[in-house]
Amino acid sequence: MQREICIAGFGGQGALAIGKSIIEAGNEEGLHVTWTPSYGPEMRGGTANCSVVVSDEPIGSPVFEHPTELIVMNLPSLLKFEPKVVENGLVLVNSSVVTQKVSREDLTAYYIPCVEIADELGNQKVANMVMTGAYVAATHAVKPETVEEMIKEMFTGRKAKLVPMNIEAFHRGMECIK
Amino acid sequence: MAKKELWKGNEAMAEAAIRAGCDAYFGYPITPQSEIPEYMSLHMPQEGRVFLQAESEVATINYLYGAGGSGKRVMTSSSSLGVSLMQEGLSWLSGAEVPCVLLNCMRGGPGLGTIQPGQADYYQMTRGGASGDHHFVCLAPGNMQEAVDMIQESFDIADQYRNPCLIVVDGLIGQMMEPIEWHEVKKRDLPPKTWAADGRKGRAEHNVIKTIFVEPEDDNEFNEHLARKFEEMKKNEVRYEKTQCDDAEIVIVAYGTPARVSLSVVRKLRAQGVKVGLFRPQTIWPYPEEALHEVAAQDSVKRILCVEMSEGQMIDDVRLSVEGQKPIDFYGKAGGVVPTVEEIAEQVEKAVKEAVR
Repeated sequence: MQREICIAGFGGQGALAIGKSIIEAGNEEGLHVTWTPSYGPEMRGGTANCSVVVSDEPIGSPVFEHPTELIVMNLPSLLKFEPKVVENGLVLVNSSVVTQKVSREDLTAYYIPCVEIADELGNQKVANMVMTGAYVAATHAVKPETVEEMIKEMFTGRKAKLVPMNIEAFHRGMECIK
Repeated sequence: MAKKELWKGNEAMAEAAIRAGCDAYFGYPITPQSEIPEYMSLHMPQEGRVFLQAESEVATINYLYGAGGSGKRVMTSSSSLGVSLMQEGLSWLSGAEVPCVLLNCMRGGPGLGTIQPGQADYYQMTRGGASGDHHFVCLAPGNMQEAVDMIQESFDIADQYRNPCLIVVDGLIGQMMEPIEWHEVKKRDLPPKTWAADGRKGRAEHNVIKTIFVEPEDDNEFNEHLARKFEEMKKNEVRYEKTQCDDAEIVIVAYGTPARVSLSVVRKLRAQGVKVGLFRPQTIWPYPEEALHEVAAQDSVKRILCVEMSEGQMIDDVRLSVEGQKPIDFYGKAGGVVPTVEEIAEQVEKAVKEAVR
């Protein structure tokens, strides 16, 4: 099985970081992964997106026209990428920022209030970890335990205190998928 | 099996050079390869080696000339228009037989162009923009694993032939992340650098690094020596990979990222019963002429499709290799646009239709 995931948002919303979390967990589980940023003369507040491929076979093209799964953190990203998603594909929307609904009826859509949940946990920066949790619960692309281990390895030393909050954010994201 | 590590392309390529024993890195930042000098600026001093940000690309290549001339393993990296500024120096290194490694992480051109991936430096790398009869082994990795393996070998290639060795990648390979394994790349048997300008060391005469000849006969003789060296490179260094070419009717020829995209095309169309294969040069100089000639000679093969991220440069070598045996189609995207699986598949299907006409 091959997943082709497009993750997009404003610079600073963590779109690229969500992609990195997915490939790190995938690599940990022995899957083939690639992560390709759309790079340009960009800055905080501009748009940022990345193309992620997770596959049980060696990966050919790391870029693609039609994602099987779309994660959008802001409205311009939804408008730009929704038409490109494959038929019956999956869309995860950061509903704290995007108030509009997905318009295509063939798509399965989940609305995740990433920022509200992150605020409840006391730090807006974990909004992307909320979305990562929702993605994992919606797709089972990787095991939740793998992501938890990864979070523990990600924050060490002085940053180790951020581990519980990130794991909590990840779990809260997972709970959004029913 | 060692666990695969996730790396960003540029950082992995820089690390590969350190592992290959690069003694000194000189460079000037330019997107999409600036992570290479950034990585080198941190890690080379930690290893007790030299990192120097030069004042320009023109200066960079001359640092390589000097430091390489002392027998040290030297490297630079740049992108397209930055490499253009190094062309004169490359000719001098070639003429003085000073080994070095130069990595070109190509972007859209001409001029400033864009910072997104391109392959429009094929001529610049394989034909060069500088004076004189010179050639460089041009390694063209198709993915990150191959890139880090080839970079580790490139320093040996440069030393073996006393000649610059070029790494040719597109910006996508530099920017993407992918898991890699660190292999022990086999070391070549290399002669001692008795030619290096590193002091007398008891020699009767000191070594001189130069490119000038006063007598034309002497320069002619030197060029004949270089030509024999280039023939050796052609004999020893050609590399390529064939995927499902054996029964193919249409053969895609592509290198670097377009070859990766084409691999997906082959899988997609093979699943639909289309007999398509991929021929991927891993060296673009020397070009795998004979191997491609043989593929084109196969009865099964009806047409060749050359795919590039340029308006068509490698196609010259495809034509020289195929030698008119089969018709050649071309599909290219330029200026930083990567051709998609859908677009290339459409071109293959068009070629299939042409073939039965």
